[in-house]
Amino acid sequence: MPLDLKGVSKQVGGETHIYPTDLTLEPGVFNILLGTTGAGKTTLMQLMAGLERPTAGEVWFGGVNVTGMPVQKRNVSMVHQQFINYPNMSVFENIASPLRVARMPKAEIKARVERMADLLKLTPLLGRRPSELSGGQQQRCAMARALVKDASLVLLDEPLANLDFKLREELRDELPRLFADRDCVVVYATTEPVEALLLGGNTATVFQGRVAQFGPTGEVYRRPGTLTSAQVFSEPPINTAPVTKDGATIRLGEHTDWTAPPPIQALPDGAYVFGIRPHHVTLAPDGTHPVAIDGMVLVTELSGSESVVHFRLGADDGAAPWVSQSHGIHAVPVGQVARLHMDVAQGLYFEPDGARIAA
Amino acid sequence: MNKTVNHKAWFLVLPVLVLVAFNAFIPLMTVVNYSVQETFGDNTFFWAGLIWFEDVLHSERFHAALVRQLTFTFTILAIEIPLGVVIALTMPKRGIWVPVCLVTMALPLLIPWNVVGAIWNIFALPEIGLLGQVLNGLGIDYNFTRQPGAAWFTLIAMDVWHWTSLVVLLAYAGLVSIPDAFYQAAKIDGASTWAIFRHIQLPKMKRVLTIAVLLRFMDSFNIYTEPFVLTGGGPGNSTTLLSIDLVKLALGQFDLGPAAAMSLIYFLIILALSWIFYTLMMRDEER
Repeated sequence: MPLDLKGVSKQVGGETHIYPTDLTLEPGVFNILLGTTGAGKTTLMQLMAGLERPTAGEVWFGGVNVTGMPVQKRNVSMVHQQFINYPNMSVFENIASPLRVARMPKAEIKARVERMADLLKLTPLLGRRPSELSGGQQQRCAMARALVKDASLVLLDEPLANLDFKLREELRDELPRLFADRDCVVVYATTEPVEALLLGGNTATVFQGRVAQFGPTGEVYRRPGTLTSAQVFSEPPINTAPVTKDGATIRLGEHTDWTAPPPIQALPDGAYVFGIRPHHVTLAPDGTHPVAIDGMVLVTELSGSESVVHFRLGADDGAAPWVSQSHGIHAVPVGQVARLHMDVAQGLYFEPDGARIAA
Repeated sequence: MNKTVNHKAWFLVLPVLVLVAFNAFIPLMTVVNYSVQETFGDNTFFWAGLIWFEDVLHSERFHAALVRQLTFTFTILAIEIPLGVVIALTMPKRGIWVPVCLVTMALPLLIPWNVVGAIWNIFALPEIGLLGQVLNGLGIDYNFTRQPGAAWFTLIAMDVWHWTSLVVLLAYAGLVSIPDAFYQAAKIDGASTWAIFRHIQLPKMKRVLTIAVLLRFMDSFNIYTEPFVLTGGGPGNSTTLLSIDLVKLALGQFDLGPAAAMSLIYFLIILALSWIFYTLMMRDEER
């Protein structure tokens, strides 16, 4: 049963938190809400769950209008960023709590809790209190509580954000397996583009209370509909610069120029915005159409297997610096001009108003 | 590892030692000194052993005061703790009414204790006080200076008025520290208001309530000023709590030996009961 938001908006005290939004979320895949903190992901989830009532618009679930229906009647479950468990109950009682409210027979509760505990590796911990668990175990317990009751809508609000790196990876790998045989709508909010790509499914890019784009995750990543969508779905941030098109030539200020791909050549001459992701700007020529560009190096960060260089094109005009991501360790002196190579075949072209031009 | 021995370090803790000695240790030892000796006031002492302790422990008067004290303390705890929690639960969590509520709640705590006693004394006087006039006007025969029951009622009402706020403020601090996500989770589970209180709010308030119970227990067990101003321990001895009785014994009758022994017993009772309270309330935490 799909979840439909029809023109849903939310205003709180004259402030718009969510602008009118249409969204159809299908069961069986991960529906990812991707956006920075404060973009409106949590509010969207609360509207979906029925924890908040939309100011305007309707929420439909499986062909039934559920707008205004209280959350406890909707068969929803939710996992929060904080580890939410009942502090005075054992892990067993915590997992069982939604089933007890539903007045399920004791034997069945026991069977279900034990199956869930087995799936989430909580079996040896069933007798403990949440305060006696590690962060990862607490969040597993909260997830078991959310999954045990066969909800038709499962909301995961940045569930891995408060966990350390190793645990995050481990739980993220388990997530698709947990939902594999379930026919529920799963919504997963995250601030990290990498997490969206790893979980797959569909992604909605959320920015300042609006859904910028919604579609299959890979599609949204490769073919962002707007500059905003591309900016939300890029870490490090996508590099952008104003360019001018002159016949078949694209000119990036005084810095460099190259031949536009055929669909762009067909456009009228004038000003456009060019965007390119950091891993397509490298220290060594790479890809099918490398174009050299010089930049003043501001910062270099070396991680285990890659070099990230922040640099500026030309004088400091207040524009955000560009970022280059190259394989291997390259020592680039800060404060000097370095030569970088853009694979312009991977570049994205946008209208001045932000709409992407298919190329 | 070899520790460096440096006796000069003792000089650094000396000021603290002197301070503690003068404000705690020496006065306490003076009391111990009085409690095992007999004196006739001219600074001559005779060894008395444990006579005063035996006297006090066998004294009807001490037993009666102790029973009154326990009755008073447990009555006000039974009223102030639940009442404070209920008031804290009904207070707004955000918005412009929060500071208004907090300041109103804090007001009784800011009034000097003897003034509280004076306010309630005048308030409850049957001839001129608002409370006394209203009660008598309603046909209730009320005179706290003559009826022990009325005196107790007034005493407890005064303590509840004065100190419930402390419980409210502590419980409120515990409540506002609960993240909204807990309430959302409970709402999703379909938990009742009682279940939310029992399984989220109460466990989350446990630590502050433990402190509230301990503070109210110790303070009420030591209470002196307000009942002294309100009733002076009367009518008769009906509201003579331990501290009032102690002052009567020490300063009224100048029985320094028995008074010193009583002080120490009094002190040990508070210490023991506080420890029992604390242990009982923290037992779950350690499990």
